[in-house]
Amino acid sequence: MGLLQNYFSTFLQGFGYTLLSSVVALVGSMLLGTLFAIMQVLPTRWMQIVGNIYVQIFRNIPLLIITLFLYLAVAKVVKMNGFTAGTIALTLYTSAFIAETVRAGILSVDSGQMEGARANGLKFGQAMRYIVLPQAFRVALPSLGNQFINLVKNSSILAFVGGLDLMYQGNMVAANSFDTFTAYIIVGIFYLVLTLPLSYYMQYLEQHLKAKA
Amino acid sequence: MSMIEFKDVEKYYGDFHALKNVNLEIDAGETVVLIGPSGSGKSTLIRTVNGLEEIQQGQLLVDGFDLHDPKTDMNKIRKNVGMVFQHFNLYNNKSAIENIMLAPRLVLKRDEAENKRIAMELLEKVGLADKAANMPSELSGGQKQRIAIARSLAMKPKALLFDEPTSALDPEMIGDVLDVMRDIAADSSMTMLVVTHEMSFAKAVADRVIFMADGQILEDSSTDSFFKNPSEPRAQKFLSQVANH
Ligand SMILES: Nc1ncnc2c1ncn2[C@@H]1O[C@H](COP(=O)(O)OP(=O)(O)OP(=O)(O)O)[C@@H](O)[C@H]1O
Ligand SMILES: [Mg+2]
Repeated sequence: MGLLQNYFSTFLQGFGYTLLSSVVALVGSMLLGTLFAIMQVLPTRWMQIVGNIYVQIFRNIPLLIITLFLYLAVAKVVKMNGFTAGTIALTLYTSAFIAETVRAGILSVDSGQMEGARANGLKFGQAMRYIVLPQAFRVALPSLGNQFINLVKNSSILAFVGGLDLMYQGNMVAANSFDTFTAYIIVGIFYLVLTLPLSYYMQYLEQHLKAKA
Repeated sequence: MSMIEFKDVEKYYGDFHALKNVNLEIDAGETVVLIGPSGSGKSTLIRTVNGLEEIQQGQLLVDGFDLHDPKTDMNKIRKNVGMVFQHFNLYNNKSAIENIMLAPRLVLKRDEAENKRIAMELLEKVGLADKAANMPSELSGGQKQRIAIARSLAMKPKALLFDEPTSALDPEMIGDVLDVMRDIAADSSMTMLVVTHEMSFAKAVADRVIFMADGQILEDSSTDSFFKNPSEPRAQKFLSQVANH
């Protein structure tokens, strides 16, 4: 474990960037994913189509390709570093999966809920926000938990574009120290430090909400 | 003054002609019961009144607003026209009292203390003050329906629509719900349009009975004359059928 001591600040910096990227992408992909999920259940046909095209594009292209496209092509127009390009790519990619999850959640909520709310005087947006979405998220929770964990792991894409994340620093340490095996073991453990509490928290939420319902 | 007025209304589901040349006028304060065989268009008719279903032709005036006019703000009408459903449609993620308080808070911007006071009053009125904090999953069907009625009343509507409010209930629950509806009907300012198979309720409470079949209104007469001598053969047949069970 001398390796961990020698390179501790390097690993810690990588951990910090991975954490930052994951948090930003999680919040961003939840917002975008929910938005595109709602678009797909609106009565307006063209909105459904736009929502569906978005989802199909981003969920059917490898994350690496989206990342490289942003880093190599888009970055020529809008200046951004590898961290930013990778985080945006991660957000777009994950949001497509979250949109599908949330859309399925919305469709699982009995249509009587929306009808009752509209008949009660609520606007569509109010009915969505206060009645349908809370129930949809509850249904979608286990699946959202999976998406979040995938997101943290997928953030290792940053390493390909010099994003300074955990994977990137792990590669550096492995190359400099020649102790490849230990370096990647340490990287793996750092990922667990993020993903395990997240897993347990999602499980706790699920149980907690089940008890309340 | 008429609260609800259908003039030559036509309604289609795709190619299917669900309402055929419907003409109907309901005055403010009237209680009207709508009956007819399954599939005759009762739900369709009642759901057009608060815009849950669109009409394709004719005029439908509710509280002075023309529902067929695209410029009409449906939310304004729904503020004044409540609806009670066969399957209750309570908000499953909200407690009983929150079900009642949500729309007044969001739509009417009613002051929170006032909102709570009115909600508690309504819970008393429907006999469920002790269930204020319960979630819908913890209530029986009859209790759910009484909460749903309280939820509609909280908006202080001018009219209430009921689509088979007791059809999904166990027989022993029906009486409590009908009692609440009877109370509401006794308020002379409330307009009520009720789809039901409860003929004793219709006899006791309705000012008028409308009989529908195949998307058409076949009979529209005062309650007494409808039950004593229905003019339509199909209405006679329908009455004898519902009387038999
Ligand atoms: N959303 C819909 N799309 C297509 N057809 C529909 C739709 N809703 C109702 N219909 C049809 O319209 C007709 C009238 O239906 P409606 O639900 O109004 O009947 P009802 O008198 O309320 O019957 P019930 O007593 O069984 O509730 C039926 O033939 C039904 O199949
Ligand atoms: Mg019906």
